[in-house]
Amino acid sequence: MSDSALTKPKGAVKKSAAKATRVGGATTTQSSKTSSPPKSSPPTRPTAKKTATRKADAEQLITFYRDMMLIRRFEERAARAYTEALIGGYCHLNLGEEAAVVGLMSALRETDYLFTNYREHGYALMRGIDPNLAMAELYGRVDGVSKGWGGSMHMFDMTHRLLGGYGIVGGQLPLATGAALAIQYRGLDEVVMCTMGDGTANIGAFHESLNIAALWNLPVVFVVINNGLGMGTTVAKASAEPEIYKRASAYAMAAERVDGLDPLLVLAAAQRAVASARTGRPFLLEVMSERLRGHSVVDPAKYRSAEEVAHLAQFDPVPNLASRLLKSKALSAADLHKIDEEVTARVDGAHSFAQASAVPEVSTLFDYNYATPVANDSRRRPGDPLFAVVARGEVVR
Amino acid sequence: MTVRTYRQALHDTLRGEMLRDENVFLMGEEIGVFEGSYKITAGLLAEFGERRVKDTPIAEEGFTGAAIGAAMLGLRPVVEIMTINFSLLALDQIVNHAAKIYGMFGGQAKVPLVIRTPGGGGQQLGATHSQNIELYYAFVPGLKVVAPSTPADAKGLLLAAIRDDDPVLFLENLALYNTKGEVPDHDTPAEIGKAKVTREGHDLTLIGYSRMAYIAKNVADALAESEGLDIEVIDLMSLRPLDRATVVASVKKTHAAVVLEDDWLTYGIGAEIAATISDGAFDYLDAPVRRVAMAEVPMPYSKVLESAAMPTNDDVINAIFQTLEAVGRRLKKVGQSHD
Repeated sequence: MSDSALTKPKGAVKKSAAKATRVGGATTTQSSKTSSPPKSSPPTRPTAKKTATRKADAEQLITFYRDMMLIRRFEERAARAYTEALIGGYCHLNLGEEAAVVGLMSALRETDYLFTNYREHGYALMRGIDPNLAMAELYGRVDGVSKGWGGSMHMFDMTHRLLGGYGIVGGQLPLATGAALAIQYRGLDEVVMCTMGDGTANIGAFHESLNIAALWNLPVVFVVINNGLGMGTTVAKASAEPEIYKRASAYAMAAERVDGLDPLLVLAAAQRAVASARTGRPFLLEVMSERLRGHSVVDPAKYRSAEEVAHLAQFDPVPNLASRLLKSKALSAADLHKIDEEVTARVDGAHSFAQASAVPEVSTLFDYNYATPVANDSRRRPGDPLFAVVARGEVVR
Repeated sequence: MTVRTYRQALHDTLRGEMLRDENVFLMGEEIGVFEGSYKITAGLLAEFGERRVKDTPIAEEGFTGAAIGAAMLGLRPVVEIMTINFSLLALDQIVNHAAKIYGMFGGQAKVPLVIRTPGGGGQQLGATHSQNIELYYAFVPGLKVVAPSTPADAKGLLLAAIRDDDPVLFLENLALYNTKGEVPDHDTPAEIGKAKVTREGHDLTLIGYSRMAYIAKNVADALAESEGLDIEVIDLMSLRPLDRATVVASVKKTHAAVVLEDDWLTYGIGAEIAATISDGAFDYLDAPVRRVAMAEVPMPYSKVLESAAMPTNDDVINAIFQTLEAVGRRLKKVGQSHD
């Protein structure tokens, strides 16, 4: 793979004449308005000159393109639904991360597990969750994948092995570590993948989880989607060590950094990571990516200049893959258009399904207090008195 | 029935459940090689091995969260947090994950987790090692919180906690580990969410949990002998859910209540008991509900100061007498006699 942009912590750093680089990223102290390559970090973009795409790769890329378009259209529809007040609360989108999402998810078996953070819609779709049920969850309906109890941040499906959906930054890491512990306890060969953002690398749970995973040889892959930003805080402003994959060495853990723009590269790196974890050697995989819009649908991202945002467009994996497929003649413009029509229809159908799905009954408010029934559970609505109100004169002493 | 210490009852129950159910395993700091900071898990590593008795790094958030994740996949971890003070490090995992995973995912994943942890000051351990913060967990929907005061209840409630599919905070107490009592030989789980009347009476209701339930029973027995008082004692057993009905039924009978607690007074467990009694037995009360609790200071090291901060038997007795005096004044005022 001659255009590989992979780097390993102890291996030789490959220097290539990168045509363009990410701005606002972790690795440069220069002004965010320049386009020169980062000086201190390994290159994270493929070289301008690409090798010919092989036939098997071409088929995989076509599948990837369809999946990436599904995520793209789903997320755009979700953004629109939010403005229509069909979705409330938080809504974080995978726009710009589609290549990372499809590459990572394609490396997992159906029996492997995924824990994510709150930027999870694309992951849910790639785990095989029906877009109808994902959209219904966003709309808070009973047919939602979490029955309307989770919303955008807390999707869950045991059958498809998406184990959440978590809003507390880093909260999913100990959980994922424990799921891997359970797999090891039972002597099975499943793997847990745990995705997170670059900001998560600084929270205590990151340290504790990676240490435990490495110490106990747990089958878990920790994936950092490094899009250069927490909400508006750059990696440079948050991380003393901005090359996040390097932190694995503190735990004697294997690690790699890969360019998230190319889904084939992501897939290959993820397969290496998953294979390592399956043998009991946990892995930290850092995927360089871009967040095309704000942190969430309500974030206008004023901390990014117009030039930065325009510059970002060249790192949009969806049109990147489209032009790659066109250039290699794997697909025609008509094919691309047809795919777009099909996924758009699918997403429109999801919207219709979600709209038609019922809202939960208020009588179900306490249904999930406990799994094991218990005496004296406090099932009181705010207006309910603790005890039946007794008029003074009625008391018999 | 066999006489066992509270510690032995815990140990035997853990061992019995591990023999019974392959999914039950232990995690915690120093529970294996060191045999447990308070020796509850002594011998279990040798018997069951490292797979089922896991010594963890000092990482409460990490290993408690890992236990939750393992529970989501169907294992039944029993985590020991060395003292309840250190549970603060795991507060996010307990409150935001253990308590909420079942609900926020629409009932798709249970969390059959037990967290065992002792509260209790009084051993000159200093401010950060002497707190009783069970309230923080009793407050949270989705958790169950139990607090046995005797070896028999330690067994009964631990059986219930381990076999329960919900996250249970199992509150022990440093001062109770060496207490002795008769423990049933059969494995009958206690019922979570139910309080226990440990002494029947008519003069006043004395309510406590954990160490204070133990003290309450002793004080009531002593006052029966010395003063001829007939005090009803309630051991709450369960802080969440709270058995309000048993408390209210008792106060409707006795017309007066004193609540004993090892936590701090303001916003403590007793505040909820007092509010419950006020709501459910308002017209039956002949005196305000009285609470005896820890002084609201960071616990000092010096023995004299520490003792001054902690509730004593005398504090309890004085509270009882003062409450009964208040009852007497009220009955005189309304021209009634105590029934």
